[in-house]
Amino acid sequence: MLGFAGLAGLLVVIELLPRLGLVNPAYLPPTSKIAVALVDEAKTATFWQALGDTLTAWITGLTIAVVAGVVAGLVIGSVPVLRELTASTVEFLRPIPSVALIPLAVLLYGTEIGSSLLLICYAAFWQILVQVLYGVTDVDPVAEETARSYRFSTWGRVRHVLWPTALPYVFTGIRLAASVALVLAITAELVIGAPGLGKEIGVAQASPGAEAIMYALIVVTGLLGVIINLLARTGERRLLAWHQSIRGEVIV
Amino acid sequence: MGVLKKIFYAVALPVVLFATWFFMTEGSENFYSPPLRTTLIAFKNTWTVEQLRADVAPSLLRLITGYLIAAVIGVALGVAIGLNRTLRAVLEPVLEFFRAIPPPVLVPVIMLFAGIDDGMKVTVIVFGCIWPILLNTVEGVRAVDSVVLDTARSYGFTGPARITKVVLPSASPQIAAGLRQALSIAIILMVISEMFAATNGLGFTIVQFQRSFAIPEMWSGIILLGLLGFALSLLFRLAERRALRWYEGLRAARRQAG
Amino acid sequence: MLEVKGLRKVYSSGSREVEALRDLTFTVDNGDLVCLVGPSGCGKTTLLRCISGLLGPTSGEVSVDGKQVTGPPPGMAVVFQEYGRSLFPWASVRENVELPLKQKRVPRARRKELVEGALDAVGLTGTASAYPWQLSGGMQQRVAIARAVAYEPQTLLMDEPFAAVDAQTRADLEDLVRSLWQRLKVTVLFVTHDIDEAVYLGRRVVMLSSSPTVVQDELTVDLPAERDQLHTRADPRFVELRTRVYEQIQLAKKAAAAR
Repeated sequence: MLGFAGLAGLLVVIELLPRLGLVNPAYLPPTSKIAVALVDEAKTATFWQALGDTLTAWITGLTIAVVAGVVAGLVIGSVPVLRELTASTVEFLRPIPSVALIPLAVLLYGTEIGSSLLLICYAAFWQILVQVLYGVTDVDPVAEETARSYRFSTWGRVRHVLWPTALPYVFTGIRLAASVALVLAITAELVIGAPGLGKEIGVAQASPGAEAIMYALIVVTGLLGVIINLLARTGERRLLAWHQSIRGEVIV
Repeated sequence: MGVLKKIFYAVALPVVLFATWFFMTEGSENFYSPPLRTTLIAFKNTWTVEQLRADVAPSLLRLITGYLIAAVIGVALGVAIGLNRTLRAVLEPVLEFFRAIPPPVLVPVIMLFAGIDDGMKVTVIVFGCIWPILLNTVEGVRAVDSVVLDTARSYGFTGPARITKVVLPSASPQIAAGLRQALSIAIILMVISEMFAATNGLGFTIVQFQRSFAIPEMWSGIILLGLLGFALSLLFRLAERRALRWYEGLRAARRQAG
Repeated sequence: MLEVKGLRKVYSSGSREVEALRDLTFTVDNGDLVCLVGPSGCGKTTLLRCISGLLGPTSGEVSVDGKQVTGPPPGMAVVFQEYGRSLFPWASVRENVELPLKQKRVPRARRKELVEGALDAVGLTGTASAYPWQLSGGMQQRVAIARAVAYEPQTLLMDEPFAAVDAQTRADLEDLVRSLWQRLKVTVLFVTHDIDEAVYLGRRVVMLSSSPTVVQDELTVDLPAERDQLHTRADPRFVELRTRVYEQIQLAKKAAAAR
């Protein structure tokens, strides 16, 4: 309830700042102008195309990263030797900022969606991989031994012990990766010019008199980020509630 | 595990990958992936001490300045907001919204206000990476154990002493997590703001190489950037581990208790 | 001297009002060891929080040596039940004991004396550089007690400090409290739900009714000053006293059920 007051307050502040001359209206248009620009944008086909492009890049990159990350994580995580061997490499590659790959992406894919995908997949993959590795190493050794003493096959162990333990981590990884993927999608579009909202923002910024449009688009990206985060958290909670009850039975 | 074995595991795969990269690109005629040897030579030639001082130093300076400003403001505001329940309830959705905005989007916005000079880049970094610090501090402060607060009150800890000696140490694991996220964002923003609009800096140089099709040099820049990211992350982790040694022990004890 | 006069505390949440404490009046003389006993849910913790200044009463007052308590008074130290959460996890044992002294601006040399003395007094010499999570429950509570002792308080409040500790450790800690009380000549107010513990430890026992709480009864424990777990608890006078306390508590519980 109070939160809405806060948001309303923000809208009021942004309405007043330029109108009162405290901020140059050329740099920050009042809320009303931004809102009008937003409505106008929603009437154009370019906006929806751009939104679609961003979401397409986001979901494609995310899916690739999730599949690759989960598979790699499960494989590496369950074989201790592999874990040892890859640890240093993962630790080195992980913190490399994906923006470092921008020049490469430009050379390889120019301004096509491939550029976005390259950046998104690279960044999102590490988020998933790290979480899955945590999850796999978190397996309760007692549960693992119980499964083995009951002669579970390898596949059975993966299904009944490894997977349920790793699942919450997978979801954390997906949630983190989803945010990162959106950030990189917008980045690629903004910096490289790949199709999407980011590119439109860049265009608006460079066009004189289009500041309100730029802010309107930024609000849209913010809303996207909030929605994605909410969806990820709800999905996580929903599936984990189920998971908790199942898990209770497995550990017995 | 013996020390030798540890070293072996640490370098085995990297050596293999390096060798593969080297030999697979050895006779390469491919424009975009030159022989690793060429790239390494370009690395040695490009990143001389003068070049490092001319390009990497300003980048690092902007990064560290922006990051530190964001850290100080983020923690200070976070404590103030976290301690006040009403303020927290009012501001949290607003702050979460700002955090959800992809940070690179700030570059064009701040370019409007601040042009393209150094101040602009530092401002971009501050505005981009302050959100995780701020929100994590709010959360950490909010979650300080009520028994700890009661104990502190009963022993006469008031005002600033309460904050520095009780609230901040208690919230430090959360704050550290926020600082860690902020560091990655800061690096991204540093590079992007330089790719966009700069006359020096690592990001600027890499883009220049790419635009003039100096591919081995471009790759060398990417490698340097990767090394930088790695080094900063390592430094951060070392500092975090020292400051939060107590937290590691606490978590380990809790995990054992099952 | 600690005086509680007509203490009343009402909690209101929305439309509901809960009267936790109705009318509490009792005194604790300087240097006395008084145990507060009552059935569960009788607002013992609320009472202790009001006395320690952490909670403001709805009406009535608490005064220490004539001065009304409106916030945590200096010269009073509290030992909480949840020792695990009361000790600062980021600080070592020594730092935990030392921190309130630093706050009180005790000079360094004296601080060192007090900290070492307190740790010795509770039997924790040599654990100064350990961290709380490295210690057992009983040892953690000893650290909390050491912290209170080092503070050199005039009044020591203890809120069911041994409820979460195993029986063996509890017996040791009870004896520790009595010996500290006799040595340091502090005023101790000890809240517990354990009737035997109340009679074993206290010089006086104040029995509380169920919520809304009033003082049900008071008695003086006329057992010898030298007590030990084995013989004192087998003493016929001990049995008499505990029976009386037990009966009062049962009465209090029945009165609550009848309401």
